[in-house]
Amino acid sequence: MVRESLLPLFEVLLPLSGAMGILIFGERWRNLREATTIAASILTFLGALMMLEPVMEGINLRSEIFVALPGISFLLKVDMMGMVFLLLTSSLWVVISIYSIGHMRSLCEHAQTRFYLCFAMAIFGAVGVALSGNLLSLFVFYEILTVSTFPLVAHHEDEEAILAGRKYLAYLLGGASLAFFAILYGWESFGRMEFAPSGFIPLGSPKGVLLVLLLAFILGFGSKAALMPLHEWLPSAMVAPTPVSALLHAVAVVKAGVFTCLRVLLFVFGPEVLSSMGVSLGFGIFVAFTVIVANLLALREDHLKRRLAFSTINNLSVILLGGFLLSESGIRGAVLHIPFHGLMKITLFMCAGTIYVQTGKEYVSELDGIGHRMPLTMGAFALCALGLCGIPPICGFLSKWFLCLGALEVKQWVFLMVFLLSSFLDAAYFLPIVYRAFFCPGKDLGGIREAPPIMALPLVATAIGSVLLGIFPNLLFHFWDLAQGVAMLVMGGGM
Amino acid sequence: MFQQLLSHYNYWFYALMLVLGLYGMISKGNLVKKLVAMNIFQWAIIFFFLSIGAKRGGDIPILPEHGHMEVTARASEFVNPLPHVLMLTAIVVGVATTGIALALILRIYRRWGSLEEDEIIGRLKENG
Amino acid sequence: MGEQLPALIVATPLLFSFAIYLAGLWRRRLCYPLFLTSLALSAIFSLWLFFRVMIFGPISYPIGGWEPPWGIEYRVDHLSALIIASVATVALLVGLSFRGRVEGETEPSRWSQIYALFSLQLCGLLGMTVTGDVFNLYVLLEIASFSAYAIIAMGERGAEFFAFRYLIFGTIGACCYLLGVGHLYILTGSLNMADLSRLLPPLYPSRALLVGFALLVLGIGIKMAAFPLHTWLPDAYTEAPSSASAFLAPLSTKVASYVFLRILTGIFSPHFSLTSLGDAMGWVALAGAIFASLMALAQQRLRRVLCYLIVSEISFLLMGVASRTADGLRGAVLHLVNDMFMMGCLFTGACAILHQLGREELVALKGLCRKMPLTSAALLLGGLSIIGTPPLCGFFSKWYLVLGAIEARMWHIVIGLLVGSLLNTIVIFRILEKVYLGAGHQHGRLYWDGLPKGMVMGLVIFSLSLILLGVFASEIVAKAIDPWIPL
Repeated sequence: MVRESLLPLFEVLLPLSGAMGILIFGERWRNLREATTIAASILTFLGALMMLEPVMEGINLRSEIFVALPGISFLLKVDMMGMVFLLLTSSLWVVISIYSIGHMRSLCEHAQTRFYLCFAMAIFGAVGVALSGNLLSLFVFYEILTVSTFPLVAHHEDEEAILAGRKYLAYLLGGASLAFFAILYGWESFGRMEFAPSGFIPLGSPKGVLLVLLLAFILGFGSKAALMPLHEWLPSAMVAPTPVSALLHAVAVVKAGVFTCLRVLLFVFGPEVLSSMGVSLGFGIFVAFTVIVANLLALREDHLKRRLAFSTINNLSVILLGGFLLSESGIRGAVLHIPFHGLMKITLFMCAGTIYVQTGKEYVSELDGIGHRMPLTMGAFALCALGLCGIPPICGFLSKWFLCLGALEVKQWVFLMVFLLSSFLDAAYFLPIVYRAFFCPGKDLGGIREAPPIMALPLVATAIGSVLLGIFPNLLFHFWDLAQGVAMLVMGGGM
Repeated sequence: MFQQLLSHYNYWFYALMLVLGLYGMISKGNLVKKLVAMNIFQWAIIFFFLSIGAKRGGDIPILPEHGHMEVTARASEFVNPLPHVLMLTAIVVGVATTGIALALILRIYRRWGSLEEDEIIGRLKENG
Repeated sequence: MGEQLPALIVATPLLFSFAIYLAGLWRRRLCYPLFLTSLALSAIFSLWLFFRVMIFGPISYPIGGWEPPWGIEYRVDHLSALIIASVATVALLVGLSFRGRVEGETEPSRWSQIYALFSLQLCGLLGMTVTGDVFNLYVLLEIASFSAYAIIAMGERGAEFFAFRYLIFGTIGACCYLLGVGHLYILTGSLNMADLSRLLPPLYPSRALLVGFALLVLGIGIKMAAFPLHTWLPDAYTEAPSSASAFLAPLSTKVASYVFLRILTGIFSPHFSLTSLGDAMGWVALAGAIFASLMALAQQRLRRVLCYLIVSEISFLLMGVASRTADGLRGAVLHLVNDMFMMGCLFTGACAILHQLGREELVALKGLCRKMPLTSAALLLGGLSIIGTPPLCGFFSKWYLVLGAIEARMWHIVIGLLVGSLLNTIVIFRILEKVYLGAGHQHGRLYWDGLPKGMVMGLVIFSLSLILLGVFASEIVAKAIDPWIPL
């Protein structure tokens, strides 16, 4: 069911007006600027919650803003899939904006106004991606997200940061132009733009066209999801301040990439067309390659944030692989993994950032014994690391459970093995960190103290959140029901 | 064949002038020579237009008695006036072009003390 | 008065250009107000004409009451109305912004001349757009060119020399055009565009006609700086006074491109012209887009970079035409309009930078955003629009250009458009990186960037117009471009 409503429009405008407020207050009224950030983030979050109820009842809220091109309107629409991403983005924005105030102020970073402005613009893009109702508006927000993240990646303005920024732009804009081509080619071939559950591409379309489209879409949008071999920008982008890394990894950027890929797979192509093409196994193996290799690469990284980056690359491909399984549980697991991984990964990044702020340490090998000095931070780190390995009762277990079930449903034993192996490798590079922090005797730990509350609070909150969501997956956000709804909708099982 | 070539001698003439002008504009290094070549180029086109209006034995296109429209004038007896009128404008345009070009040349000479293209480019490069 | 509009938009700037010069002899301070009045009146008349054509359809205006095809006809259809409105608006915006600049970089004794020439330039440009007569077009083309030569020659550092080169090049172009007109006249005996388009089809097999067509295209190709005939443009527009490049760069090549479209579709049948140009045009435009972007990467001065971007944008437009589809043509026209505003925005930004810093080397732009946040924002928006970032206007024209190429299954053009845009991205971010990330000297922020009020207004309106053109892209396409599409 569809209902015309202005709510999606307001929801998108909230971060944008937040950005305007930040620009107006600027460095001169920095407290007001920070207050604007937090207010905008909380309002965005509340807006998302307001839309949750109708969406849960199966009503899609829709607002057509204007006709962008003859025959194509600029359309915002909230459905269950978008809701998952929206809830993730908006809730974590609250957390990360509180955290980033602490982080930026403790380090006395320069150009903070630009930082908050671009941050809000990136969230604006991400919220827009979540709420887009057709490929055109999706692409518009996707590009806004890309461009507004560039100054964040290059924030330090030294050579390394600028190089990382250039790399980021090269990969993402290159990918975007491929996706642009795919959107136009799709529009030219099928004359449709608006997402539909189970896809809008008619069954029995010429195979060659479909294959070109799928390749262009997956490679184009996959560049943002750090699909190998297009992943290089992500580890390089780790030069950015930690809140940015958290934003890139957990909240907005890469998640937008993987969300967009899933959107295209499930709401443009649809399981039927994909299975009729008979390429899902091939694409699955392509993605599975990333899953394993990213984890192997993570094993040899000593830089903590880069190790986390490779872990992100791994998890994104896990989500994508779930989509390619084309089974109900697989999709359910993939959709669930988007918010769950986001929650856990943001905790890990905030921990890494806190360690850096408090001790200046960036490498895993330096972390001996730090757990005794910063019990809260490292406790949260340990908890979420375990969650990413898939240990119950932390939420990572649930999504991985469904992903494995999905592989079983379609009898793809290879992919089951891939999921299990990936979890095993997760453990292999996460547990040593925890071990070093708590069980290795440290040296020179004299001046190290636990993080101040403004930084400790968010990361403890997200860590507890990931446990709670593991036990009560329907808590507040209804992720469980939403994921189930998406899976059923896409597989044509009802609603 | 030969007859046909000969009968269109006006076209040959203008084509020759055109190529001559183009050659001058490209190959000559002196700005005044370039300008002269440009004038030749322009005049080639003016001659071309003038020649297409002309007719062997054609009269000036003025009807002797005004108002007697029933007296049908045979077009073949008169020279076509339109190309000539057009060329009046084109000549004005050409004169204006030459005027501007001369003014520019004057200023170039005052600034660089030379009218040779190579020298001026060399100086420009020196000055960065 | 509504019926007289086609003549008024040409006569107003023409008469004002004399008035400005004469007034300047008496009181120098009168020049600028008169000039602005001339621009404002032209803009008002043009917008009026635009809406009139949108509502009542094309207008035909016989000059002096001589009926076409004997007399000169001014003809305004949807396409020309759109171009007229954009040209006059962009001219007004540039004119609004560059007062301080003109008076900063030229001697007071030249003010009356330069303003009169700008007005004359506008007269030529608008005239080229309204006229329906091929010979009249030649005269107006030359009027526009003369004023351009003279304005460019007022620049510093050897501008006269580059103006002279431009003059030689431009005259070759104009003469080629005139020769082409001669061919058409011999074959048909008519100079009226509508009449020609009726008389020509039976003659299409004629070789003389093909030569005429080639000459017309070649002549206009020089004027529109289509690759590889663009060599005059970067030198001339970079050495010109910055106010002059802000006025000329967005407009003159674009109006010439409009004339190009007019020749292709209004005089000849689109089928004939597009098949005669053939695939070669697509390949040449492709090479041009890549070449111009690479050249832009090698430049060190802001305006030179922008000049090569013009060449690359013209190549995009030609690629749209080369795709031979309705969507490709839509894209070409939309790109024409958008590009005027984008280039206006960027060149006015360059003007502002020169006004404030006195130099335009890219190195000097380091940390500009701290000192001139407003100008930097205009550069940002203009640049992003050129790249084709949604929702700015450049995105929508690229949408049609690529769509047209896909419809025609011309994959080389699709790739050319995408790769060209990516190269332009590098060009633009090379500038933006310096402006926003270059840790330059920490200058304090200036009040309104330290610019004259008019320039601030111009920059703001230009930046906003890039967003508005994006939002109203569908309106423009549906109301103004679609009725014209000849395919």
